[in-house]
Amino acid sequence: MKLDVLYFAWLRERIGLGQECVETNAETVSDLVEELRAREDRYDLAFSDLASVRVAVDQELTSFDAPLSDAREVAFFPPMTGG
Amino acid sequence: MPKLRVQTEEFDAGGELNLFTQSQFGMGAVVSFSGIVRDVTGGLQSLEIEHYPGMTERAIESILAEAVSRWDLGDALVIHRYGSIPVGAPIMMVATAAPHRSDAFQAAEFLMDYLKSRAPFWKKEVTRQGADWVAAQDHDEDALKRW
Repeated sequence: MKLDVLYFAWLRERIGLGQECVETNAETVSDLVEELRAREDRYDLAFSDLASVRVAVDQELTSFDAPLSDAREVAFFPPMTGG
Repeated sequence: MPKLRVQTEEFDAGGELNLFTQSQFGMGAVVSFSGIVRDVTGGLQSLEIEHYPGMTERAIESILAEAVSRWDLGDALVIHRYGSIPVGAPIMMVATAAPHRSDAFQAAEFLMDYLKSRAPFWKKEVTRQGADWVAAQDHDEDALKRW
């Protein structure tokens, strides 16, 4: 399947792009993270501490064990600092 | 109906509050909060605020809907800026209107606590020495537990 993968804040800076289209068979967010980490050092570095990474699937905050069936958009970002 | 604006432009918090107050009917209480860029360490020039267009609106609308379901609210307003914001300028504001002050106060605090750690905004502090992302605070996450 094809997924739009988005990165924000320091994840965007470490990976070097804000958005990309990824062809994947990952079943969960964790599977997708493993695939991305295996690609290149900059991904491996960005995802080295998952405790400081949050994920949204189709713009809803979720967990790393969330399934990706029917997902169109996955976003990775640090804990939010709004307000 | 709650109103939401996500924008780069500066806004006049006092003017917005007056408009919000004048548009109410039968409300006995209006509470508002404005957040302003503050130079905590000395040397801060501005904040760069990044957000996730689309999810930002969805997340805040869902927080607003939750507030409306939990308190007796007549209306609510959220304005949140993104982009570059200099020291002393407003970042965001929340206003609530209710028949009674307790609902207005509690809903405003609830909205602020949730906006801090559930709306997809990220702050970067820009100083003469460079720029650094602001880390989320544990107490901001802990603040959600009281609701």
